[in-house]
Amino acid sequence: MLSVDIVKHLPDFQLKIQFSMESDVLVLFGPSGCGKTTTLRCIAGLLEPDAGRIVYGDQVFHDSTQKVFIPPRDRHIGYMFQDYALFPHMNVQKNIWYGVRRQTSDTMLMYEKLLSLLKIEHLTQRYTDRLSGGEKQRIALARALMAKPRLLLLDEPLSSLDLDTRLELQQELKEMQQLWNIPFILVTHDPEEAKAMGTQVFFIEKGRQVERPDFL
Amino acid sequence: MIWQPVLLSIKVALASLIFVFLFGVSFAYAMRKWDFPGKAAIEALFALPLVLPPVVTGFLLLILIGKQGPIGCFLSETFDLRIIFTPYAAVLAGTVVAFPLMYQSTKAAFLAIDSDLEDAARTLGAGEWRVFWTVTVPLAWHGVVSGLVLSFARALGEFGATIMVAGNIPGKTQTIPLAIYFAAESNDLSQAGFYVLVISLLTFSMIWGLNLWSRIKKEPNYQKGALR
Repeated sequence: MLSVDIVKHLPDFQLKIQFSMESDVLVLFGPSGCGKTTTLRCIAGLLEPDAGRIVYGDQVFHDSTQKVFIPPRDRHIGYMFQDYALFPHMNVQKNIWYGVRRQTSDTMLMYEKLLSLLKIEHLTQRYTDRLSGGEKQRIALARALMAKPRLLLLDEPLSSLDLDTRLELQQELKEMQQLWNIPFILVTHDPEEAKAMGTQVFFIEKGRQVERPDFL
Repeated sequence: MIWQPVLLSIKVALASLIFVFLFGVSFAYAMRKWDFPGKAAIEALFALPLVLPPVVTGFLLLILIGKQGPIGCFLSETFDLRIIFTPYAAVLAGTVVAFPLMYQSTKAAFLAIDSDLEDAARTLGAGEWRVFWTVTVPLAWHGVVSGLVLSFARALGEFGATIMVAGNIPGKTQTIPLAIYFAAESNDLSQAGFYVLVISLLTFSMIWGLNLWSRIKKEPNYQKGALR
């Protein structure tokens, strides 16, 4: 599975984190600015750690002593950004297809399946400025899954949504995880969400992993 | 022929535009992407043709590409090429004076892009080239086009640097601004007035067109199909 052991110097503190993922859903939980997002970006290859190793299965993504760095495009790791990062100059359909290299009957089927599972069939021709937060979230999820990732990283996926949508989407995320059967790493600062989503929870504070806090 | 300077000006400005586009976009991209010592000095150097009197820019170019100049010597020795007092020198002058406009406009547009969008494309398997052409450029398109229009207008109107390096050879290097100056000097006010009218109309319609285009672009385009 995934094992991470990295050091990254941040302006205010040093991020030093070490874990290996054993379950299907791992939650990185901590206050904002504690280094959660930096950890995700290092795993995705969007940031290079200053030292350490990131290994997924038998593939080394990053190893500072051996000078290995696999660029994000070759890692096949899905990433859902906090504000979803949907391309504003493309409609929903083009957004979802962006990560597919060749259109085949299989990808066509997967596309149809994602649209119906996420209930977004009616949105395909829309541009992103005509979508609600929940719709954006579903489309970002569909886009990430269309690229056939081996692992999906979710950065505060539900934080900007209202309570009802949040609960609904929490359920949906769990179902998608089981259906797709790939590990999810989810970042949140919301204790309820951490509890609801995670089978394995890491508490991070100022760049360090700390003991389980009381509420979990 | 009376249209000669007009045609030459347009040709020179279009040729300058190609270089301005290539250099402006690549430098703007590079300066956004990389940090290195001395970056601020390079930024200042890039802005220099905008604030220096064009005649000073022209003088510096003359030193560089003149017969004794380092670039002039190199070109004549290796390629047997002389560009001083040719239309190529006018293209060079147009490129140098218009470059800062393209650079600034493109850089501002690049900086305004949310870098998460480019990162999203990377995690979806796109290489840098694909990210650039499918995300960065389309999102910066407005700034790129504004830069091109302003640069074209600037290159079209270039006088000081052009006269220093290309001279005023009627039919060969005489562009509209030079034609205006020399017509006015020899008291041919109707000819000067004609060129003034032509260049004013040309530049006015370009800027006007740009404004119209950006207004259309800003409003309904992204909502196509959304308002059913």
